This record gives sequence, structure tokens and C-alpha cells, in this order.
Amino acid sequence: MTAPASSTKVRGETILSVNHLVKHFPVTQGVLFKKHVGAVKAVDGVSFELRRGETLGIVGESGCGKSTLARLLMRLEKPTSGRATLGAQDLFAASGSQLRRIRRNMQMVMQDPYTSLNPRMTVGDIIGEPFEIHPEAAPKGSRQRRVQELLDVVGLNPEHINRYPHQFSGGQRQRIGIARALALRPEVIVCDEPVSALDVSIQAQVINLLEELQDEFGLSYIFIAHDLSVVRHISDRIAVMYLGRIVEIGTEDEIYERATHPYTQALLSAAPVPDPDAREHRTVIRLTGDVPSPADPPSGCHFRTRCWKAQDICATQDPQTVLRAADPHPSACHFAELRPGL
Amino acid sequence: MSQHAVRPTPASPTPPGGHLLEVRDLHIEFRTGEGVAKVINGVSYHLDPGETLAVLGESGSGKSVTAQAIMGILDTPPAHISSGQIRYQGRDLLGLSEEQRRQVRGKEIAMIFQDALSALNPVFPVGWQIGETLRQRLGMSRADARRRAVELMDLVQIPGAAKRLGDYPHQFSGGMRQRVMIAMALAMEPKVLIADEPTTALDVTVQAQIMDLLADLRRDLNMAMILITHDLGVVADVADRIAVMYAGRIVEHADVRSLYRAPAHPYTKGLLESIPRLDQRGGKLSTIRGLPPNLMRIPSGCPFHPRCPYAQQVCVDVVPHDLVLGDGRTSACHFAQEVRDDRAR
Repeated sequence: MTAPASSTKVRGETILSVNHLVKHFPVTQGVLFKKHVGAVKAVDGVSFELRRGETLGIVGESGCGKSTLARLLMRLEKPTSGRATLGAQDLFAASGSQLRRIRRNMQMVMQDPYTSLNPRMTVGDIIGEPFEIHPEAAPKGSRQRRVQELLDVVGLNPEHINRYPHQFSGGQRQRIGIARALALRPEVIVCDEPVSALDVSIQAQVINLLEELQDEFGLSYIFIAHDLSVVRHISDRIAVMYLGRIVEIGTEDEIYERATHPYTQALLSAAPVPDPDAREHRTVIRLTGDVPSPADPPSGCHFRTRCWKAQDICATQDPQTVLRAADPHPSACHFAELRPGL
Repeated sequence: MSQHAVRPTPASPTPPGGHLLEVRDLHIEFRTGEGVAKVINGVSYHLDPGETLAVLGESGSGKSVTAQAIMGILDTPPAHISSGQIRYQGRDLLGLSEEQRRQVRGKEIAMIFQDALSALNPVFPVGWQIGETLRQRLGMSRADARRRAVELMDLVQIPGAAKRLGDYPHQFSGGMRQRVMIAMALAMEPKVLIADEPTTALDVTVQAQIMDLLADLRRDLNMAMILITHDLGVVADVADRIAVMYAGRIVEHADVRSLYRAPAHPYTKGLLESIPRLDQRGGKLSTIRGLPPNLMRIPSGCPFHPRCPYAQQVCVDVVPHDLVLGDGRTSACHFAQEVRDDRAR
């Protein structure tokens, strides 16, 4: 299990492909006769590909739709439109046994290790529950052994199989959640803010564990987080979301060193850096105002109301997330350009 | 190894008139059905006019409890202040009556909290809530309080303040709610502002706005600020001095620059090395092994020794005192100098 550095990871074929995914939540008025008066455009046309063995980071602020995206991929929400394929299978057309197969192949780790584990179940039952739904994954007699193996893999004591979640700390609970996600040997794991609720000293342990597991089992991650430093650390490629859309997507270098979208640039410059000497040299872009409501996003470019580059064209024409001349990676800005000194 | 200093007052020398605010050897325990949790075990720090002190620590380190003790809003019981002093302008706050403390709270020392939504009253308009303090404490008329509330909302840069006076907390965004809370804290023009994780619940771009606002206000109103946080990035951006807490003690105390350049306590060093960096791509993160201690069973000697890579037998047997390292730095580690000089990152 010698871990190759993430930069040298072999990029495999595409395993998950998402095309123009849209999720609008209806806004209704009235009690008896519910009238549709609008829609919250939580996810508004998102496309990306995930390759085997890679980590795709998704960053954005609250309300940008990153968690809705995760729920759509897990089929916890029905999309308004759009397509996604996992391997050769259509994610949204599947039902019955086909859907069960897809779900076996794609699992999720949630943010809150306190509410995502049932307090009345033992750790063994929690991690073994996937085997109840997918009995073919582990014959009944071998389940206890499998669960203990999983506990060992995530760095917990296999003898603690009969303990309850409250007997574990936050970081250990997140390991339990990870063991549960691994139980069915999935190829893709969607991690929705997996380390945000953890203390700094524990966060590093869980990040390292996720990276080790990826190398050991060849997992592909979709890693959703708001912490830009964590995302940079773990991701091979990164998608930046703003108000339901991906505004820029590229490799870790392209996003963190050569960002061309003004929102990405502002986000990066606003993130606090743990280095007091950098205080003076840093040029910080201060955005004014708040993120507009996704129920009523601005016309054209969604970011234009907070953007210092905005021109008339930004209000009338949707910028597409396409390759821009400034740097060859997709960016959704009419005026995409590199910004020196970021 | 050099001499152990006997309970020094950390960092800068005491000015002639004494410090503005000084916590001295504070001990607090929580008496619960399951036992006694020693939450604060001899915390000392001080604050001078116009400066920003960051108190950094992870959950359970006691950073918020100390602040609540300063404000006098600690629930007693279960909390019990067993010993120590909290001196404000030379007076020990812990010796005051509740009525006298009320005169200090808000007027001299004010506090803002992490979660603005639950700190504000959902059924009253924000203008009314900001004005409440002014009417109650200063006896202002309703019209005067209203006028002053608008001024305060302007001060914290809430756009269209006069129009938003009648809005309720749920009609504001997270960042704007935090501004409302700051406006309320500033109503009595306090000399000390305690900010307890003021931006933890906010997004990155909004966090930057609020930290800027706090820094501007602190300068313009010449307040002193205690910033309680777990975020090493935020500390580096705004603080002058930093006190790092672990298991109810201050383990390291230094000016921000020296601490980030060469941490002198293994815990601080471990924290700095375990955070992923925005400006560096990652290999394997170094970690601090193990977990923070249970406060009902704090390890003997140095409470950090079970997790510490520098630990020796002396760390198990002897509680380290604050070691003075020059430039006003202290570190509660038997091997503070070795740690500081060992800068292999």
C-alpha cells in the first residue's frame, strides 16, 4: 500500500459522467390549491466527468447547490432534467435490481458524524446493514468477519464491534461512516463535507485515511467541501460552483495557480492563510454583498451582481463553461483572464 | 534546560496602570452527575487597550468557558469557579455583586457569538433589539434609541439601515445577522469586545467581510478585542498576540509572527503542520496522534504527553510551568527550547 503522490496518480477511464443536470425545487403559494410561483434553481445545468481513481473536488459557498448535486447523484432527489451514467448504466433511468446494483457501486459519506449514525444500533449493525440490503455482497456466516475487517481498515479496534456510536469521538464516528460506505466495495464514494465537523488535529487523520483507502481500493471520490485548503490537498481536479452552476473546472494547478474566473479568484484571495507574514503581500479581492437567492438568480452570468468586471454583455448572455484563451481550461466568464499575484 | 519561571505574567510587561483586562490563574470545574470535569486549569492572560488577542483551541479546550467567565454568563451550577481572578481596570470582577457586574457587562466588555440566528430574538425587529439596550441601560427615549440604532447599523455597514430597522432576523442573510449582533454589542461603546468564533458559520467571502469590519471597528473605536477561534488562518490575518489552549491550560503564548515562524510547544507545532495549505499542494498530512483528553481524567504531568512526539518520563511525572523564552513568549513544555529550535517542517 505504498501511496503514490496524488499528482502521479494514473488517470483511468471515465466512470461517472454527468450531463446538463438540473434540479429546480418548486416554490408554491397557497394552502389548498398550491400554485407554482417560481423555482429554486438549486442545480442549474451541471456537467462533469469523474475518472477512475481520481478525486474531483467540488467547492462553493452555502446555497451553491453542491449538496443537492450529491443528493441527485445518490438518487435521493429526482432531477428536473439531465443525464448521468455510471459505467454504462443510466443513473436516473434505473429501477429495481438495476438500481440496487448502481447503489452498491456508489456510496456516500455524510458531513455530520453525530446524526448520520443511528444511536440505537451497534457499530457492527451499522457497518453490516448494507449486507442486509445486498445479501449477495457477503454470505451471512462471513458478515461479522467482514465488519471486523472493515473496522480494521479504517483504523478502529475490531473488538469494538458491539459498542454504540456515543462511545466514540467525532473523528472515530466519521471512520465508522467511512467503513459503512466501504462495506459493499463501491467504486465511487461521494463525500459531502466529510471533515468539516472535525477539529483540526482530527481532520488531518481522516483526510489521510481517505487518501490511503483510495490508493488501496482504487476508489474515485467526489469530494464536496467549502474549505479550499482541504479541497486542494485531496483533489486531482476541482469544480467551482456558484448559484447552481459550475463556473470553472480544471486540475488542481489550473484552479489554484491559474484561475481565470473572477469568482474563483475572489474565493481564493479571501481564504485566510495561516501565515502572518503573508498579511501585507496578499492582494485580497473583497466581494461586496451576499450571494443572490437561487430562487431569483441574476440574468446572464449569475455572478455579475458581485463582479468587478461586469459589462452589459454579462447581463444578457450566459457565459458557457468552455475553454478560454487565457488558460486552456473551462471557465464561465466572458472576460476570463489570469490574475498575477494571487 | 533553563530555570523554571514561577507563574510569570506572560508576554509584555505590565504597564504602570495595570492591564485593561487580566485573567489570573483561573480554575473552573463543571460538577456533573458523572463526576467533576476540570475545564479550566490555571489560565492567565491579559489584554491592553487597542490590541487583538487570539485565543486558539479545539473543542473542549476551554476557550469559550474562559470568555463566558469574563462576561459573567457562565451557568453556575454546573460550572464552579474554584479560584483565580478576573481583573478589569484593576477591579476583580469575580468579587462584584450581580448588580455591579451588570454595569460592566455590555458597557465595558461586550461579546458576540458564533450563531447570530439563535443569539437574536426571532419575534422582535432588529431595530427594536438594537435599541433595547439603549432604552434599558441609558434610559433613551424610543425615538432617540431608534435614531441611534440606525447609526449603529450604518456603522456596521448594513445597506439601507433606516429601511431595514423593522425587519426581523430571519429576513437577514447570515453575514448581515452577524453585523446586527456586532451593532448590538457596540451599542454601549465597550472598551473590550469578545468575539467567540464570529465567522465560523459564515462562507469564505462573507467571513472576509466580517473580519475586515471587526478590524476597522477595533481601530476606529480603539477597542481591545479577544478573538476566540479554532482557525489558524483567521488568527494569522488579524491578531497581534495568540494564546493556544489545550485541556484547560494555555500551553503557548506569543506574538503571532514568532509563533507561526517557530512554535515552541509540540501541540502548536502539531496543529500548524496538520492543516492543509492553500498555497501548497499536498502529500501526506502530518497528524497529531490520538485524541484530546477527557476532562474528567486529565493525564498526569503534562496533559499533552500521551500525544506528544517529544514526551519523556519527566512529562509524565511533572506538570510543566510556563517557560519564558524571551520576546515575551511562554511555553508550557519541558522541552520548549528544543521544540522552538527544531524547525524541520
